Amino acid sequence: METMMTGNHAQSLAAKLARVQVVAAYPITPQTTIVERIAEMVASGEFPAQFLEVESEHSALQACISAAAVGARTYTATSSQGLLLMHELLHWASGLRVPIVMGVVNRAVAPPWTIYADHTDSIAQRDTGWIQYYAESNQEVLDTVLQAYRLAEDAQVLLPAMVCEDAFYLSHTFEPAEVPDADLVDDFLPPLVYPSTLTVDDPARLGSFMPPDQYMEHRRGIADAMEHAARLIPEVEAEYMRTFGRDHGGALPTYLCDDADAVLVVSGTAAPTARAVARALRADGYRVGVAKLRVFRPFPVAAMRALAAHVPRVAVLDRSFTFGFGGALFQEVRNAVQSPRGGPLVRGFVAGLGGRDLVPATIRGIFLDALAKDEPDVTWAGLREVPG
Amino acid sequence: MTRLTIPEPELMTTGHLACPGCGATLVMRYLLKALGPRTIVTIPACCWAVMSGPFPRTALKVPFLDCAFEATGASIQGLRAGLDARGVKDVTVVGFAGDGGTVDIGLQSLSGALERGVDAIYVMYDNEAYMNTGIQRSGATPWGAWTTTTPLGRTKAQEKKDLMAIVTAHHIPYAATASIAFPEDFVRKLERAKSIRGPRFFHVLAPCPPGWKYPPEETVKLARLAVDARIFPLYEVDHGRYRITRRAGKKAAKDYLEDQGRFAHLTDVEISEIQRRVDERWAQLEFLEKATAEVHG
Repeated sequence: METMMTGNHAQSLAAKLARVQVVAAYPITPQTTIVERIAEMVASGEFPAQFLEVESEHSALQACISAAAVGARTYTATSSQGLLLMHELLHWASGLRVPIVMGVVNRAVAPPWTIYADHTDSIAQRDTGWIQYYAESNQEVLDTVLQAYRLAEDAQVLLPAMVCEDAFYLSHTFEPAEVPDADLVDDFLPPLVYPSTLTVDDPARLGSFMPPDQYMEHRRGIADAMEHAARLIPEVEAEYMRTFGRDHGGALPTYLCDDADAVLVVSGTAAPTARAVARALRADGYRVGVAKLRVFRPFPVAAMRALAAHVPRVAVLDRSFTFGFGGALFQEVRNAVQSPRGGPLVRGFVAGLGGRDLVPATIRGIFLDALAKDEPDVTWAGLREVPG
Repeated sequence: MTRLTIPEPELMTTGHLACPGCGATLVMRYLLKALGPRTIVTIPACCWAVMSGPFPRTALKVPFLDCAFEATGASIQGLRAGLDARGVKDVTVVGFAGDGGTVDIGLQSLSGALERGVDAIYVMYDNEAYMNTGIQRSGATPWGAWTTTTPLGRTKAQEKKDLMAIVTAHHIPYAATASIAFPEDFVRKLERAKSIRGPRFFHVLAPCPPGWKYPPEETVKLARLAVDARIFPLYEVDHGRYRITRRAGKKAAKDYLEDQGRFAHLTDVEISEIQRRVDERWAQLEFLEKATAEVHG
């Protein structure tokens, strides 16, 4: 059944379809309508979850972690400053290997106060051991939340996952989306089995102090789980396709890349704009393509290398800036594809910060710049004026 | 022969890593004796996070979830919600945190959980400083006390935070102080708490030999003196009604203070000032007991 919904309501609906048992959340613009809709569905009885209106995002994630530790499927959602406040608990969740799924509405970080889209909030959490998906449509939000539970809860993964959507472009924009059949969701997503579930029948401690002769192996276990997640993402997509007749192209869906002279790597709602620009440029005789980084953690190293093997120029669009040499996506792409035998020229572009629209003209300029220049530099695109 | 009033089963094991004479071990031991094996405990950063021993060992015979330092209130609510969602109704959820993790960094989370009516027991074991990190001042450190961050010449110049007043301002069903020197009183209060649904709070004084600078064998004696000198009165607030649960054995504040190195620098004038505040606080408590008895009939 196709229904008009916002990206936020796609999150709420997916949480209900996933038969989430405990929801804990704290309001922050533009996440609020996710939680409001869940509250309505819990109140009406159609979503039989324990719903905790906690006093901070920090407590929201702790409540989810503790509920997951006794075996409950959990969901929360946040944005921007709220995600930053959660930072410590993000490590707790991955360290305890609890498969929480969280909706993140990507919003720029204050100060100055802003509520508009960019990816600084979630990119700043890239080292916390969470799986990160970035969606470009409300349909993808809905489907990805369900896929995220399936992936996160896999016995060899057991890592928490974020499903990120751009503020307002998705969170508050209505689009038609196909609603999966609830029975099919139950087939796709069996009840959670958390192997470390705390129970009085077999008392144990979860989260112990760990000395130097054990801690490193624990961290390696998280790294191995992340690598396993990378291998499993295509399988989860294939299973989703078999069940619902729809997929979103795995971790790095590509468009017009086979014969491309230059490929632009993007994430989130910039992707469909970039594809439209690539089509237009092809009509003008430029051979360009688009690769969407749908999954940033685990980073799809193999898929990125396979792409880079036949593309001479790769441009990377970061909708955040991390104060290193280029944005985080640029750094990771460059690290993945460079080798002693060479590799494509990788150029970094920073654009669309704080809700600045990524209009076709900006992206067209990025493509043309990527085709023209030979220096592996970093460029801010779409600046109103160059400072200084 | 008198009947043993403390439950015999031990749910805390020997072989833990606490300092000799640690008061916090007895808080846990009596707590679990009273609540029994169908209990789950969540503990933030504090002495007990270390005392239970490193992975994979544990000194508790009940499930034990470590949680973030400032989030014990949220952790008990998450545990309760998770258990309820899975249909587990007969397990008591306990948050067990130190004074720093409760009155300072964890106060917001505790307040939130109390306000939301969490169905769980929260126990603050109060050793009156950040003992796990090496005796730094907390909001629960008493006026005049030496700590490593309130050294001689700059000892603590502020009153101890009255957490019971803050907790009871949430109008929860049950809150009590308790002492390891009066285990029958502690166990009776825990049994009363176990019979009630909703938020229940315990403030238990936990003398600390290295932090308070006294010989380890004097822990129970000091805990007793704290009560009998009215420094740490034993009382409960049951659905709004205050009851003082021990009045006998009036000692002077000096009797309690003089045995502890952390107070060794206090002058007679300062000790008199402490005595004045203790008497004032006791009078307030007696007034609350009388007033709430009238209100609640």
